[in-house]
Amino acid sequence: MMDIVVVVTAVILSLAAAGAIIRIARGPSLLDRVLAADVLLVIVGAGLCIDMAVSRHLNNLVLVVAISLIGFIGSVTVARFVADRRDEPVEP
Amino acid sequence: MPGLSPIEGMSPLNPEPATVDLVIDAASAVCMILGALMSLAAAIGLLRFPDLMSRMHAATKPQVLGLFLLLVALGLQMRTWWVWPILVVAWLFQLLTVPVSAHMVGRAGYRTKHLHKELLVTDELDAVVQKAAGKVARDNKTPN
Repeated sequence: MMDIVVVVTAVILSLAAAGAIIRIARGPSLLDRVLAADVLLVIVGAGLCIDMAVSRHLNNLVLVVAISLIGFIGSVTVARFVADRRDEPVEP
Repeated sequence: MPGLSPIEGMSPLNPEPATVDLVIDAASAVCMILGALMSLAAAIGLLRFPDLMSRMHAATKPQVLGLFLLLVALGLQMRTWWVWPILVVAWLFQLLTVPVSAHMVGRAGYRTKHLHKELLVTDELDAVVQKAAGKVARDNKTPN
């Protein structure tokens, strides 16, 4: 049964990653790209979780937490940067 | 498997170990597939929704519910009790960081006008912005 689950989740996660990458490439604004990159990072974390569950080890758990931390720092930093940069031309 | 055959005289209410194993495997398989489907839903939402705010709504699903389902599947597969606190900590950490980054991205998107005003049901930030703008205008007027 686990073999079927691995194949099904691999197909689903590949489609999801493809969608996120298309949004990164097309995204009209920087924030759309940041959001899609965050989703891509979550998809990588989901793949790590499924690998751990199927082969019954916990080696990737620290990596999953680190990935969520990196996604948090990345999107907060870029959001801050965008807000500051776009405000300047508006100010007289 | 001869080793897992039901023991003679065992109560019929106690299922044999192989059945329990199968049920736990099936539950974790369902959790894994649902968790993966959350990621797919987020990708479809990213591709089809019109503006940043609605895309953010879709993007939050795998971050919270998807990770929850996958960690539950992991806990079920490990068959031990001591992993559950670690998984809860990992999920709580995600639960603490996701709203902060979503708030920052949402504020930045609002400030840089990456939204369709006509799609909003209510805009509570607009009143605050108007009030702040009025205060700034008054502050600029008083010294002159």
